[in-house]
Amino acid sequence: MPRGRRYGNALFGVACTLAFVVVVVPLVDILWTVLSRGAQALNWTVFSQVTNGISGGLLNAIEGTLVLSGGALLFAAPIGVLAGVYLAEYGAGAWGRLVRFLADVLTGVPSIVLGYFSYVTLVEEMGWQFSALAGAITLAMLIVPYIARFTELAMRQNPPSLREAAYALGCKEPQVVFKVLLPAARSGVITGVLLALAISVGETAPLIYTAGWSNYLWNGQLTHEPIGYLTYVIWSFINQPFASAHALAYAAAFIVIGVVLLINITARLLLRQRQ
Amino acid sequence: MRLFRPGLQAVSAIIPLVLLAVFVFLTAYSWPAIEFNGLHFLFSNTWSLGNLYANPVQRNGFTVPMGAHYGIAVFIVGTLASSAIALLLAVPVGIGVALFLVEYAPHRLRGVFAQIVELLAMVPSVVYGLWGLEVLAPLTMKVIAPFLAHAMPFIPFFSAQATSGYGLLTAGLVLALMVLPVISSTLIEALQRVPKELRESCFALGATRSEMLRKTLLPAVRAPLIGAVILALGRALGETMAVLMVSGGALNYLPDNIYSPITSMAAFIASQLDSALQDPSGMAVRSLAEIALVLLIIAVIVNVIARLLTRRAKFAG
Repeated sequence: MPRGRRYGNALFGVACTLAFVVVVVPLVDILWTVLSRGAQALNWTVFSQVTNGISGGLLNAIEGTLVLSGGALLFAAPIGVLAGVYLAEYGAGAWGRLVRFLADVLTGVPSIVLGYFSYVTLVEEMGWQFSALAGAITLAMLIVPYIARFTELAMRQNPPSLREAAYALGCKEPQVVFKVLLPAARSGVITGVLLALAISVGETAPLIYTAGWSNYLWNGQLTHEPIGYLTYVIWSFINQPFASAHALAYAAAFIVIGVVLLINITARLLLRQRQ
Repeated sequence: MRLFRPGLQAVSAIIPLVLLAVFVFLTAYSWPAIEFNGLHFLFSNTWSLGNLYANPVQRNGFTVPMGAHYGIAVFIVGTLASSAIALLLAVPVGIGVALFLVEYAPHRLRGVFAQIVELLAMVPSVVYGLWGLEVLAPLTMKVIAPFLAHAMPFIPFFSAQATSGYGLLTAGLVLALMVLPVISSTLIEALQRVPKELRESCFALGATRSEMLRKTLLPAVRAPLIGAVILALGRALGETMAVLMVSGGALNYLPDNIYSPITSMAAFIASQLDSALQDPSGMAVRSLAEIALVLLIIAVIVNVIARLLTRRAKFAG
């Protein structure tokens, strides 16, 4: 083989390997920066006290993130799972194709656009003001297409014989779907819901104009009462010139990254268990 | 019982309805701004709320603050420039990563390595922003900028002084990291669907591994690759928090080198509501809604093209 071709071959392999290294180094640095500085900033106060200006703890933000993401799942999980069931079982026609396509398009809509839409409609026109409900609904709009597509994917892995066997035993359609097919696909469905939860925990832009920010614990009001969340602390406190604000921002980043990674690992383990 | 299928169908209709509602309500809300701003909105460099302390004036039938003018050309340029830099870096590196994971990585480690690249997609954008702000921006100012000026002084955009590190290049670098997994994971999936015979016949003809990859495998996945790049473009155009945190926030100012501060459309919306609310006529808030509408239309067009391209990826044999 001519030397040029041999060198070209070797060089290409080296270039591909380098590309991988170029990507892994910043990723490791991101995780290291956040986890090491975050670990230094973590202490008991972070989990037990509410934010006081730019110091104190993060209890209000942790509670707010739980309320907003949990609330979003309350809306998005049933809608997404049912839509996914429809797509998998009856979605072969034109309507199914349209819904599937638009679900994919919806995942590509910038989250700030959804946030501004909710500001215009829920916060302003409906008069809810910055509130837990407005934030949760916005997050739900963001994650519902993911849940639907994941559910569809999981349902499609059911073998046709399962459906046929259920019908042969005299099951009605809802029984086939909810008693046989959906339980059989449950680990895939749960994986989708968990990944959607991870997305909602890490989101910031759709909440800025819908949830607002609050230094206090949530008082249970769905509307007319702003609510804090962890990602707000990251982007707003890191721009303050005080060490206590930076520490809180890193602590919040640590918690967010930790939760997102934990959810993702759980989801993947679930998926592997099935396979 | 007879309601079962129609019931499911009705629930599935919520997803298209959400998209439709976002479009309709943003259009309706921003309609006065669309009429007032006209086409100047897209082509003017000046975004000015006007004199908010003087009495509002009547202009073209609308009550607006004196001197109010809403133009978003600067933000369109900032969005396009940062996304272009991101793609310029992420496309070749993303292809390299995909080929490494499919062809070069040790078999036993491929799964682990692929998971590591997937991790990039899971890091929340605000954490990218935090890292960009605290690590990458200082690095750009102290290391990358002097290096580029030293190594490539003949390229005029590179030779400028980076005064703060917050700007076009830093935003582009962060975006590149964020969109890279979109490119590499789509490409890996497409590469794995290419029939084995294609690569085997290549080797049988005496091609080296790199020739097989460059001349047969990559051309075979051209359509999904282009789709993936456009999908990545869509992500970069709409990214908000990371760009907001590292871009420097330029107003009424076009970038003249790769370190200039910029603002993207998404970042501008996220940062300006408070000041727009100072406008008692409401035109500023409606103009922000118009930016959101423009962003929505761009995102929908980009995503429709990308989905059509990635979908048509079928291989004969």
